[in-house]
Amino acid sequence: MVKQESESANRPDNTAFTQQRLPAWQPILSAGIVIPGFVLIGLAFIGIGVALLVTSRSIQVLELDYTGDSNGSPCSSCSQSDIANCKCSLNFTLTTLFQGPVFFYYGLSNYFQNYRRYGASKDDNQLYGDLSSFTSPSSSCSPYNYDSSKKPIVPCGSIANSMFNDTFTLTRTVSGTTNNVTLDGKGIAWWTDYNIKYRNPSVTPLKNAFNGTVKPINWAKPAYELDASDRSNNGFVNQDFLVWMRRAALPNFRKLYRRIDASGDYQKGLPAGNYTIDITYNYPVRAFNGAKKIVFSNVSWMGGSNEFLGIAYLVIGSLCVVMSVVMLIVYAKFKFPDEE
Amino acid sequence: MGRKNWARENELRSLESNLPYEGLEKGKQPNRYFPSNAIKTTKYSLLFFIPMNLYEQFHRLANLYFVGLVILNFIPEVNAFQPEIALIPICVILSLTAMKDAWEDFRRYQSDRKLNNMPCFIYSRKEKQFVERHWKDVRVGDFVKVVCNEIIPADLLLLYTSDPNGVCHIETANLDGETNLKQRTAVSGHPEFEPESFNGILVCEKPNNNLNHFKGYVEKPDKQKVGAGIESLLLRGCTVRNTDHAVGFVVYAGRETKSMLNNSGPRYKRSKLERRLNIDVLFCVILLFTMCLIGALGHYLWLNAMPVVPPYLVPPTSGQLDRPSLTSFYMFFTMIILLQILIPISLYVSIELVKIGQIFFITNDIDLYDEETDSRIQCKALNITEDLGQIEYIFSDKTGTLTENKMVFRRCSIMGTEYPHKENAIRLAVLDEPEAEEEVIFNQHAQPLPTRWSLDSEEANVEDTHGHGSRRRSKVTGNAQSDVAFSSPLETEVVPDGKLFQKISRTSSGSLSHSQKTDAYLDFFLALAICNTVVVSMATTKRRRVSVSPQAKHTNTPLETLSKDSEENFQPSGQTEGVDTTGLQPCSPHPPSLSDEPALTSDNLRYEAESPDEAALVYAAKAYGFTLLSRTPDSVSVRLPSGEVLDFEVLDTLTFDSNRKRMSVLVRHPITKEYVLYTKGYASILTGHGNKKNIATVTQRHLDCYAKEGLRTLCIAKKVVSEAVYKRWSVDRKNAMAAIENRERLVMDTAVQLEKNLTLLGATGIEDRLQENVPDTIQALREAGIKVWVLTGDKPETAVNIGYACGLLEDEDLVINMAAVFQITCTNILDCTLEEVRRYNADPRNVDTTQNMSLVIDGLTLDKALSPDLLDRFVALVKHCRAVLCCRVTPLQKSRVVKVIREKLKVMTLAVGDGANDVNMIQAADIGIGISGQEGMQAVMASDFAISHFKHLKKLLLVHGHWCYTRLANMIIYFFYKNVAYVNLLFWYQFFCGFSATAMIDYWLMIFFNLFFTSVPPIMFGLMDKDISAEMLLGVPELYKTGQGEGDYRFTTFWVSILDAFYQSLVCFFVPYFVYQDSDIDMFTFGTPMNTSALFIILMHLSIEIKSWTVVHWIIMLGSVALYFIVTLAYSAVCVTCNPPSNPYWILQSQMEDPMFYLICILSTVVALLPRYRVCHSLSSVGLKIFNCPEFWGVFVTRFDLCTSLTAMQL
Repeated sequence: MVKQESESANRPDNTAFTQQRLPAWQPILSAGIVIPGFVLIGLAFIGIGVALLVTSRSIQVLELDYTGDSNGSPCSSCSQSDIANCKCSLNFTLTTLFQGPVFFYYGLSNYFQNYRRYGASKDDNQLYGDLSSFTSPSSSCSPYNYDSSKKPIVPCGSIANSMFNDTFTLTRTVSGTTNNVTLDGKGIAWWTDYNIKYRNPSVTPLKNAFNGTVKPINWAKPAYELDASDRSNNGFVNQDFLVWMRRAALPNFRKLYRRIDASGDYQKGLPAGNYTIDITYNYPVRAFNGAKKIVFSNVSWMGGSNEFLGIAYLVIGSLCVVMSVVMLIVYAKFKFPDEE
Repeated sequence: MGRKNWARENELRSLESNLPYEGLEKGKQPNRYFPSNAIKTTKYSLLFFIPMNLYEQFHRLANLYFVGLVILNFIPEVNAFQPEIALIPICVILSLTAMKDAWEDFRRYQSDRKLNNMPCFIYSRKEKQFVERHWKDVRVGDFVKVVCNEIIPADLLLLYTSDPNGVCHIETANLDGETNLKQRTAVSGHPEFEPESFNGILVCEKPNNNLNHFKGYVEKPDKQKVGAGIESLLLRGCTVRNTDHAVGFVVYAGRETKSMLNNSGPRYKRSKLERRLNIDVLFCVILLFTMCLIGALGHYLWLNAMPVVPPYLVPPTSGQLDRPSLTSFYMFFTMIILLQILIPISLYVSIELVKIGQIFFITNDIDLYDEETDSRIQCKALNITEDLGQIEYIFSDKTGTLTENKMVFRRCSIMGTEYPHKENAIRLAVLDEPEAEEEVIFNQHAQPLPTRWSLDSEEANVEDTHGHGSRRRSKVTGNAQSDVAFSSPLETEVVPDGKLFQKISRTSSGSLSHSQKTDAYLDFFLALAICNTVVVSMATTKRRRVSVSPQAKHTNTPLETLSKDSEENFQPSGQTEGVDTTGLQPCSPHPPSLSDEPALTSDNLRYEAESPDEAALVYAAKAYGFTLLSRTPDSVSVRLPSGEVLDFEVLDTLTFDSNRKRMSVLVRHPITKEYVLYTKGYASILTGHGNKKNIATVTQRHLDCYAKEGLRTLCIAKKVVSEAVYKRWSVDRKNAMAAIENRERLVMDTAVQLEKNLTLLGATGIEDRLQENVPDTIQALREAGIKVWVLTGDKPETAVNIGYACGLLEDEDLVINMAAVFQITCTNILDCTLEEVRRYNADPRNVDTTQNMSLVIDGLTLDKALSPDLLDRFVALVKHCRAVLCCRVTPLQKSRVVKVIREKLKVMTLAVGDGANDVNMIQAADIGIGISGQEGMQAVMASDFAISHFKHLKKLLLVHGHWCYTRLANMIIYFFYKNVAYVNLLFWYQFFCGFSATAMIDYWLMIFFNLFFTSVPPIMFGLMDKDISAEMLLGVPELYKTGQGEGDYRFTTFWVSILDAFYQSLVCFFVPYFVYQDSDIDMFTFGTPMNTSALFIILMHLSIEIKSWTVVHWIIMLGSVALYFIVTLAYSAVCVTCNPPSNPYWILQSQMEDPMFYLICILSTVVALLPRYRVCHSLSSVGLKIFNCPEFWGVFVTRFDLCTSLTAMQL
């Protein structure tokens, strides 16, 4: 036996793998499989499409532009002047209940938060509360890392510098009396941003950490004074700041401003009635053909209103069904050649 | 000093012994300028590995492209990512390659060290004897002693051997694979050799790589010159055999030895597919530049449309924005960085990996394994596997390729009388029968057979042994074949022709050798026995090998059976024929009384010949009782049928060359003392010199008849030379031998001078049998659309006969015979035939059919046809020919034909051959295939693939070729598609981010996507996909046609894939875009469903392409998806701020909680793949239909149809 082995030492292994004879499954595209498959997929898609469309239709959305680029609009005066904290107000009327929970967004158009250099213009270490980055911000923030007097800017960079600074209050007029609608600004940012990515330096009071630094050029108030009403909502973990810092993917975007506090009259949402939004108009957009708007929307399991997905599912689903019908006709005509 | 310089610079070198200088410092050594015997084949040294390897790697354009990108990334104006990250891909690729190189180099280092430290004996003056040293200590000018079975450490000029005749046998298997023994003779003039007394100067040529050639002479102090040629040179790497010891003078050492100069490493050819691929890579570059230009232009327009500086536009540090034109100029380069993976750099690495795998599968194919020689197919060229699937022309040698090159003596004609050897033909027919099981059993129980069979015992069991004998012999000797060249039973046993045998017995017993006038019959057989260069070895002095296999004992058996059989064969013929003749005593070949020397019995003799014809002739002579007993350079002894032993003094051997086409031996007859020249050679050469007119014509007729039967013919002639003529000639000869300039020509001239006015004795016909399954293979190849040409050195008649036998020519074929002496005739034939072809094709009746035309052309005519003014017409003609047979062609013509067809018709060519004469052709073709057969290994050494039988071509081309090609072609197309599809996602995003080269996918994930998530499936696809099963491919050779010409991988397929990639990326981008527009989606959340659905699309696309799924496919496909989710989830959980400005933290996690994510992925995947699936499916259903109508079958063999035909076959 030893002799036999040595004689055929070069003999290749006769295994299924080396001989390329592994048992294989060959997907066969026969009509018997394809037509029912297409019908099933088509029906499933139509089902999903209907569900999406129904859900999307049930979502209420109210959009109010307040750029003020046309003369008749309420904020046109503010948009044309450079006055800080210019005030204007928008009125709108709800004829039916705006189902809660209602989300209050501000929207910007033609605003490229996804511009590459813009996106890089921040210092993650600084925003993580690293004090050494307070005194010497990263060069990625340049030219917004030091002011003209060579003092470090905190928070540095273009994103922080360009933070949206219009503010809104919502009032409801019921039989002549004007009531403030309570807006809830808690938890509007990502949980991970608030708890993990952004952190204030562990210095009390927070103000001391910012000694020797200056606020971003465009900011009215320093970071530690962003929210006078809530001490914990200051510094880098300010909800509005966090929302702004998460860059929008597309040039037309909305960002969550507040939620309508579901309490009292507003438990079920915004009841029908006349509403006024008082706007502190600071953010200039007209110069670069931008637009600003306010959006009220409620949400469902699929997020905001979007009819595209539902329609797309419906179209593709029906296409599949149509195709299977066509195939059926073709095969019937050719008498199912594969069944011969 | 002056002389030394001359020695270095001149064409010649002069070397002297080192011994007088022993112990002196290096500066005084005469041979210090020549390299030592230590070899170094490593490329790198330890210290400089990194710089040298990098230098080497940067010779590749692809790597330079990568480095350019990295450098771009370090320019702040231009960079797209952090520069450090951009280094990763290039570092991974460079270090992978460096690791591979280092490992290979280390292996070379190890083998070098092993070789350099091998022991050898060098003469030392101090110790007055040979002392043991290492190979690396050997220097030019040393005296080295080699002993039996030892490997020769350097090129040695043989000065002394233990053999009294000054002969040393060597085996050159390590160099060229030839296993027969070669004789080397010591340079004459040193009978009593003492190294210290060697005082001559050796003048020799500069080192070259010609293994069969060496020029030099030893100049003694008295200015006498002794010539030395290759026959005195022991080459490094050869093994000494059958010689106790030998001493040589080191001529070349180390890297200057002939074996090292021949060692050029593996060859690199570029396949057709790769050349095509490079064009497409160029297209990709153009595409990339276009996209970058669009980006830059878009950015410029975007910036220009901006009335003021918006808050999101970040000015550079200076605070001032650059002009839009400058910014967009920078943007162009940034875009290149962003979209760089459009150029599939990893493609090259993947192709290499796939080819390694393909070669693994080819070499492991058990169908291409040859049991008899225990050899697999060898792949020498590593990167042209896919060319095997595109062959359109095969150029085949005849002898040894189509035929077995096992020469069998069939017929002979002596002095105008023909002896048909019918009994021998019957024996051969018996041998053809399939072998029975019992032989194997017999082989294992090899009984100790008596070395000599006495006549008594023979008589007792002659009947029952004869039946099995012939069969089992073939098996037994089959095993021993690697031991002895050309000694299968087919060749060694000849059953003598009854009539001829009687005639011989009569002449030898009657007049015997005492008669002054030797009979022509005796002369004929003497010529057969003497006129050759066969080496005789005894079974008792069996070749000693170091690596004797465990069955050393058993290898004796074949010889014994063999010798037994030769007697056995003798006996019946003697009995049957002897009886009805006039009571003549059956001539016993070995009457004990006459056999004085028991060692010299014919039983123990083995003949080792360099060419199989020679051995066949010697065995034939032996069958008639003319036994070649021994051969030394100076003498041959032959035992005559009478038992008498004649010792001929060999005066000279005029070796065979392809110009003279003959060889001669000049001997001195021991009895008559005549100088006799025996010559054998190709008929046309010999008959020209004729003797008696009628014999010459009759013999010529016989020769023609032999050739028609497909036999190889040789003429045997003799000449008696007078002493005066010889004396004069031998002086010329000696001068010619010692000449350095023009030596070959001078030597040949002297040979021609002597080989004049020969007397024709007769002719022989040797059969060269067709190999197994040759007609079947040729038929299959032809059905596969491959045109087969046979190029042979044989006569047209022989070639045509073999052509019919192997199915190359068919009876209904129109065979055009081109044999024109004049250019004009040649032109006329070409013109006429072309005209006829044109008329035939123009005839409306012949629309559907093509004329089966074959061309037979001989070497002389071919020369004319290939002349520049006829070349085009010739090519036009052969395009219409189904088969072409070129006869009488020289090796150079063979390669010329291959080159002409390859270049003129722009087709893929394959040349297959087994001999040294095919080397040119093998190298000229796109693929050269060597058949490791009987004629040494030169063809194999030059080839890209080496197989053991012609029939293996069928599976190699039809199955492996097809697979390798379709697999690789589809993989490459897929690779292009994959990169374009993925990169375009980024490109579409540029339209929504102001063309600012933003990526919405984390850069690490982008790298991982290419490096891990989608890299293994295409490689698996390229390795394992089976579009059609092997059985189908072999059964329907037409399927091979899909790969020919442009094949699967053509312009349209490439662009269809690219367009498909554009479409799919559009879907993959715009489905999420429309879903998320106007929402509060952030950048990386936006990118995540895109990245995920891109993964699904790219993998599902591959699933559509995969034709058969094995367990490996499932594991890899599902594993890739799993890997994506695991790695991305882990990365998203770990990377908090690791890769600014990107922000992948917890994004996939949050997305996976959102049903929208899944809905988007499903929709994108389905919409993206629907068209491709539809097209593939509807095409296959059309294919189904058409497959059922056979008349369309030939028309509809297209790419998409392959899957269909498979489907249809299975249904």
